[in-house]
Amino acid sequence: MENLIALLIAAPLLGAAVLLVGGRRLDAVGQWIGTLLSTTSFVFGVILFVDLLGRNTDDRTLIQHLYTWVPVAGFQADVTFRLDQLSMTFVLLITGVGSLIHLYSVGYMEHDERRRRFFGYLNLFLAAMLLLVLADNYLLLYVGWEGVGLASYLLIGFWQHKPSAATAAKKAFLVNRVGDMGLSIAIMLMFTTFGTFAFGPVLSHATDASEGRLTAIGLMLLLAACGKSAQVPLQSWLGDAMEGPTPVSALIHAATMVTAGVYLIVRSGAIFNAAPDAQLVVTVVGAVTLLFGAIVGCAKDDIKKALAGSTMSQIGYMVLAAGLGPIGYVFAIMHLVTHGFFKAGLFLGAGSVMHGMNDEVDMRRYGGLRKYMPVTFITFGLGYLAIIGFPGLSGFFSKDKIIEAAFAKGGTEGWILGTCALVGAAITAFYMTRVMLMTFFGEKRWQPDEHGHEPHPHESPKVMTIPMIVLAVGSVFAGGFFSIGDRFLHWLEPITGHSEGDSPISAGVVTGATMVCLIIGVGIAYLQYGRRPVPAVAPRGSLLTRAARRDLLQDDFNHVVLVRGGEHLTRSLVYVDHTLVDGVVNGTAAGFGGLSGRLRKLQNGYARSYAVSMFGGAALLVAATLLMRAV
Amino acid sequence: MSTAAVHSLWTTAAEPISKIPTPKIEYGQLSPTLIVVGAAIVGVLVEAFVPRKSRYYAQVFVSAVALCAAFAAVVALAADGYGTTKAHIAAMGAIAVDGPSLFLQGTILLAGLVGLFTFAERRLDPEAHGNRVDSFAAQAASVPGSDSEQAAVKAGFTTTEVFPLLLFAIAGMLVFPSANDLLTLFVALEVFSLPLYLLCALARRKRLMSQEAAVKYFLLGAFASAFTLFGIALLYGYAGSVSYATIAQVVDGSVTSVDPALANTMGNDALLLIGAAMVVMGLLFKVGAVPFHMWTPDVYQGAPTPVTGFMAAATKVAAFGALLRLLYVVLPGMRWDWRPVMWGVAIITMLGGAIVAITQTDIKRLLAYSSIAHAGFILAGVIATSKDGVSSVLFYLAAYSFVTIGAFAVVTLVRDAGGEATHLSKWAGLGRRSPLVAAVFAVFLLAFAGIPLTSGFAGKFAVFKAAAEGGAVPLVVIGVISSAIAAFFYIRVIVLMFFSEPKPEGPTVAVPSPFTMAAIGVGVAVTLVLGVAPQYFLNLASQAGVFVR
Repeated sequence: MENLIALLIAAPLLGAAVLLVGGRRLDAVGQWIGTLLSTTSFVFGVILFVDLLGRNTDDRTLIQHLYTWVPVAGFQADVTFRLDQLSMTFVLLITGVGSLIHLYSVGYMEHDERRRRFFGYLNLFLAAMLLLVLADNYLLLYVGWEGVGLASYLLIGFWQHKPSAATAAKKAFLVNRVGDMGLSIAIMLMFTTFGTFAFGPVLSHATDASEGRLTAIGLMLLLAACGKSAQVPLQSWLGDAMEGPTPVSALIHAATMVTAGVYLIVRSGAIFNAAPDAQLVVTVVGAVTLLFGAIVGCAKDDIKKALAGSTMSQIGYMVLAAGLGPIGYVFAIMHLVTHGFFKAGLFLGAGSVMHGMNDEVDMRRYGGLRKYMPVTFITFGLGYLAIIGFPGLSGFFSKDKIIEAAFAKGGTEGWILGTCALVGAAITAFYMTRVMLMTFFGEKRWQPDEHGHEPHPHESPKVMTIPMIVLAVGSVFAGGFFSIGDRFLHWLEPITGHSEGDSPISAGVVTGATMVCLIIGVGIAYLQYGRRPVPAVAPRGSLLTRAARRDLLQDDFNHVVLVRGGEHLTRSLVYVDHTLVDGVVNGTAAGFGGLSGRLRKLQNGYARSYAVSMFGGAALLVAATLLMRAV
Repeated sequence: MSTAAVHSLWTTAAEPISKIPTPKIEYGQLSPTLIVVGAAIVGVLVEAFVPRKSRYYAQVFVSAVALCAAFAAVVALAADGYGTTKAHIAAMGAIAVDGPSLFLQGTILLAGLVGLFTFAERRLDPEAHGNRVDSFAAQAASVPGSDSEQAAVKAGFTTTEVFPLLLFAIAGMLVFPSANDLLTLFVALEVFSLPLYLLCALARRKRLMSQEAAVKYFLLGAFASAFTLFGIALLYGYAGSVSYATIAQVVDGSVTSVDPALANTMGNDALLLIGAAMVVMGLLFKVGAVPFHMWTPDVYQGAPTPVTGFMAAATKVAAFGALLRLLYVVLPGMRWDWRPVMWGVAIITMLGGAIVAITQTDIKRLLAYSSIAHAGFILAGVIATSKDGVSSVLFYLAAYSFVTIGAFAVVTLVRDAGGEATHLSKWAGLGRRSPLVAAVFAVFLLAFAGIPLTSGFAGKFAVFKAAAEGGAVPLVVIGVISSAIAAFFYIRVIVLMFFSEPKPEGPTVAVPSPFTMAAIGVGVAVTLVLGVAPQYFLNLASQAGVFVR
């Protein structure tokens, strides 16, 4: 059974290779090849899942050793895969949602000439993401980590003819480099501390290392997670990443890749458990981001950017839960999975709306679409109810658990974190209701596009609505299915561990408070956007609104502090480089060049002088051999 | 001559003939060589009896079948355990059948097959008078520029003799690394050298340059052979035998007398040291080590490019194989004498090749100096005097030969009105015009430079590791410095191809037949496979790394 693991990765990798190398003759069928191989991988995933379910709880870790990548004494890097309950969960999410989004993209990208390449990139992403979650050591994980970064770059900039898309791709790449640097430093620290980077030895011996060392590793891992998962302070790229095609936003920048940071923290739980300071920083980052993202989401008029803010905020919840240690690991992953369903569904819904509205993204130019796109309206609506935590739907179960866990942290921290999470729930209810009302209810505020075409909203084809329906089903039922009988907890507990914590307030009170927050958020939004007409041009708004529209000044901050500071640093370095380093380097190069020119003259083309050189060489060789014997 | 000696001559002749032992030849174990020689003879008959029009096809067919069959024979022998447990000395002590022999023979045969593909290419040059032409002169005997040359071209003559010549050279190369006595070594040396001298003279374009290269190669090769032969004579005087095993025994003192007639010279160390140095010098000439390298750039540049590629790869494999066997089987007892000397040679070879390459302006000369630097890197592995040293050299040779043939095959594609455009300035901006060809060449250059994920890195790493473990750390440091210098000119070519403006009157990239495509494809595939997953092949080389004594 272990041997199937590599095939999980091999299928989409083959797809990427075939599609990217295959050339134009595959243009007509490329989308189906990509979808087929993605689904193949999903089928392998299901087979493995059934196999795991049939095993005892303590026998659910499969290891496949493929080959030894770098065999050096003292530095062993293996290509080994580990499939356990945690990676299995990710495999099903990645391949399942991934296949649905492949199918959706068949419709969405129908008129794009470069669609074969698009599907090749999507398959490449799947392969890299699967490598990331299936790796059995941090070095191999790093390969997958860089791979998803590359795929993300290629897909954000897929419409490279738009300068904004090219810039967004570059921005995402650069910001991610900062995080990647953190991961590489963490791996180096691990190697110097433990002498290996395989999960087994590192995580089981984590407590052997000093706490200072573990805190350093933990903070570097957190930096990596911040980059990939768009957490403060490395959050700035996610909003711009919405320049990519909408299926990409759904798959990579909502459901899967951006959750890699959460995976990294949960996977490295043993390190964080032994480094409470690092854990505290993780919870702070999570709490700050969940509010940051939610506030940004309130102010955006671009439907995809509003959803991007929401993604950031929801991942903030997950990071917060992951920072709580064993109290929160399971719920971080549970929220990750339910979020994967409903956020992917919301993005696909947004894509469907854009598809029907001449690619318009400004919600102030939507309105009243529910009659024209009933399927989109219903599936989007179910996703909406799920994300705000409407009782009985997926988000209700998973988010509620995180809020409870935050309180269960105990002490002042518990109160602060719990309150942040509650406030976040209220803001979530507000901005999502705003999106819902502005898009599907109220007056028609449609405008012709820049070519003067009037929008004629229509329902999307079946190939797009079916994935949306499947995801909506998941958004409705997944949370309940996981929570009833604590199924998800029992499934994941052997890997992540679990403890109840000691909550100062009962679970019922927390749920009640969450409901109150939900009602307040929905109510305010209804008063503002449901009862009053939505102005077609955004009003000036308060200072906070204006700041939130500018992503809470993230880019201004980065520009002033990092770009200006960096420029000054670069200028001084350039000076040193030109005067000092270049002097040495150019001197050496000129020296070798001169030597080369002189030696070259010996090669004069006359066989006689070559023979003399050989004779001299032979004489030297004989003399040297004799001399060696003499001494 | 004394009367006693004369008398003994008379009596010897009178003795019964039965004293000459019947030679016992293990035909099965020698089959790779025999197949290739046989095919070469068939090739000669083809020249004599097959009509001119079908000769090309017949020759290519015979050569390809023979090389494949010989390779299959090598694989069968290896699978039968002749590389490990059944390794022994065959043909009356003349030929060693063991791991290194079989590994190197396999490498030479594959390199020969890929080389044959480049020989068989007939689509690069425009058709002359309605006849497809290859890289070789229409009629080698006609004076360049003369009327008879014109007539030969017009008549559509082609020199299909190159195929039997190639096979004869390969046959010699197969024997060279497995020769187990000095005379077989010398015969093999000449058997593969003479066809190469001829092949060098056969370029279709720039014939005078090609003939000059051949004459230089021949003169200097003969000069080097003379040294080798003299060295063999001295070693015979020292040990009283040309057999590797006997010489080794005399060197380490376990045998003291072989032939009473040589009692005066037996065991005279001066003969051993001078003789060994001279034989080694002959081999260093073949691998192109400094200061015996001067022929390399001129010959590489002048020879037809397919010949250059084949020669650069296969000669190096064969000669390093012979050098390894000589140093590890015959002279291990005097390694404290030869190791420091080889240190020196390795250092000046690595540095010399890398430094002079910096100022080259012709791509073929650049690759020639690059091959000199690589000879230095391989010597570093030879010096390790350990099993790892042998296996790392075997791996390096296999990796290097395919990169080399592939790189020279790419050189044949870039052409202008005068044939191949080998001046570097013409390669400017090639990446814009033909991204695929430039990318493939860049892969080869990165492999030469030893960048990770190419076979060059795995090979260099193995060689330097073996050398460092053998106590030659300073040598490794110099090796790494030379690699850095060498990386400069490889990367410079890449920069030139991808980041320079193409010239308006630049060369065109010819579309080759499947033959050259296969040669380049094999080169790229081997380069990447050996770079990404070298372990299997390192293990193979490691298993093959034991000489039979």
